[in-house]
Amino acid sequence: MSGTRGGRRQRQWDLRAAGNFIGGGSGAGLLLAAALEGITGGTFRLTLALGLLLIGAGLGLVWLEIGRPWRALNVFFHPRTSWMTREGIMALLLFPLGLAAVATGSAALAAAAALAGLAFLGCQAGILHAARAIPAWRKPELVALIVAGGLAEGTGLALVVAESARWPVLLALAAGAAREVAWRRYRVALGRDGRTAPALAAFTAGPARLARLGQVASLVLLAVGAALPPAFGPMGPVLAGVGGVLAFLGGAAIKAVLVTRAGYTGKLTLPAVPVRGGGGPARQAAAR
Amino acid sequence: MTRYVMVADLRRCVGCQTCTAACKEGNATPPGVQWRRVLDIERGTYPDVQRVFLPVGCQHCDDPPCMEVCPTTATRQRADGIVTIDETLCIGCSYCIMACPYDARSLTGAAAYAFGNEPIVSEAQRGTRPAGLATKCDFCAARIDAGVARGLVPGRDPAASPLCVNACISGALSFGDRDDAEGPVARLLAENRWFRLHEEEGTGPGFYYLWDREAP
Ligand code: SF4
Ligand code: SF4
Repeated sequence: MSGTRGGRRQRQWDLRAAGNFIGGGSGAGLLLAAALEGITGGTFRLTLALGLLLIGAGLGLVWLEIGRPWRALNVFFHPRTSWMTREGIMALLLFPLGLAAVATGSAALAAAAALAGLAFLGCQAGILHAARAIPAWRKPELVALIVAGGLAEGTGLALVVAESARWPVLLALAAGAAREVAWRRYRVALGRDGRTAPALAAFTAGPARLARLGQVASLVLLAVGAALPPAFGPMGPVLAGVGGVLAFLGGAAIKAVLVTRAGYTGKLTLPAVPVRGGGGPARQAAAR
Repeated sequence: MTRYVMVADLRRCVGCQTCTAACKEGNATPPGVQWRRVLDIERGTYPDVQRVFLPVGCQHCDDPPCMEVCPTTATRQRADGIVTIDETLCIGCSYCIMACPYDARSLTGAAAYAFGNEPIVSEAQRGTRPAGLATKCDFCAARIDAGVARGLVPGRDPAASPLCVNACISGALSFGDRDDAEGPVARLLAENRWFRLHEEEGTGPGFYYLWDREAP
């Protein structure tokens, strides 16, 4: 049975736009890890700097994508309703705070930057959720996935640069587990909605499967890394570090799929049809 | 209050695309950009099959999702319901394209004429549209405003009406003020059954489709 016009895949936002969600999410996760390092008395500057670098790189990629890059400052004009404006404002907040924290080593500033980073990540989730043309991005479950995903990617990556300790591994493991739960809930939500079948297909294709494999493997490695006693020497931290990198790569790949391959518009369905030649035109002619 | 809307009588539309051509020619939209389109939709299963021609374009929503997401305020809504894009503010971020449930928006590519290096008349008058900006149907707002300034009535006087409406060979397209109870649009809506697309989105489209049979 036809009578509908199938959705089409959006082609305006490409890997550069996906890069913003990847850099922004993992950057926010790194900022959180850095803030916790600061609070627990550790050195956090490298973690924080990497977070800022990733967020900046993501925004730079978007800047390269927009049609009129030299007008980019106009992005700040609509905070009342636009999540993109709000994202920009949060970026304005988090960079001075983060850079000041890196320069001074202040744990309080690092914590403030992390809070701004979380708000930035929330705005990124809001950007996708407000895209009314794309049913797969409209799902409320995606908001949780974007937030948990960003934290899992960032706290995973933090294991590569952070001082060797057990709690960062546990943090990455917890964030990875949260992402796993959010992912399953999102998949279930996609499966319940007939309009999101093409998105579901994109998530069951080869690249997404590989990314998911990476995410699950990262959880195993993080768990083993956290569980290994010190008697195993550097084995635990190394496994955890590899798990952290996999957590980042798997999350990044899923976001690339989400933005560039799963962004289908909804179907156009006709609730009614015309019957031609039924005297309708004559009635309307009289009405004119 | 004035609320301009479009009405398409699906019983009359024959899918000739004259409206499409008139819009393209008159508004000098760039290659690859089509403000007014007519979809050719097949319904049913062989041998009980029906073709429906569906004129589409910007629906000039009451509550436009494109305006909500636009970070620059380039997308605005006039008091008469027409949704516009300020080309001097737009940054070409495409967010509005992701938000429009009606697939009504495009991003302009490199400035180019429709036929090679020479402009057609309307292109020569208007110039090529700048690249990297969001674009969509504006209900021929400039024609409407110029017509109203001369005391003409949009929807009744062709010089104050959208080009697609003027061009339609079967009188399938009508335009006018929905709040003018004696106007053609209000009467069509009062005397016929109609539907709007994607009502479930709550956007309040300003584009009505006349019909006479529930979809099987
Ligand atoms: S149809 Fe699309 S572009 Fe037009 S007002 Fe509605 S959301 Fe905006
Ligand atoms: S492309 Fe232009 S009109 Fe569309 S959301 Fe961006 S700034 Fe607004």
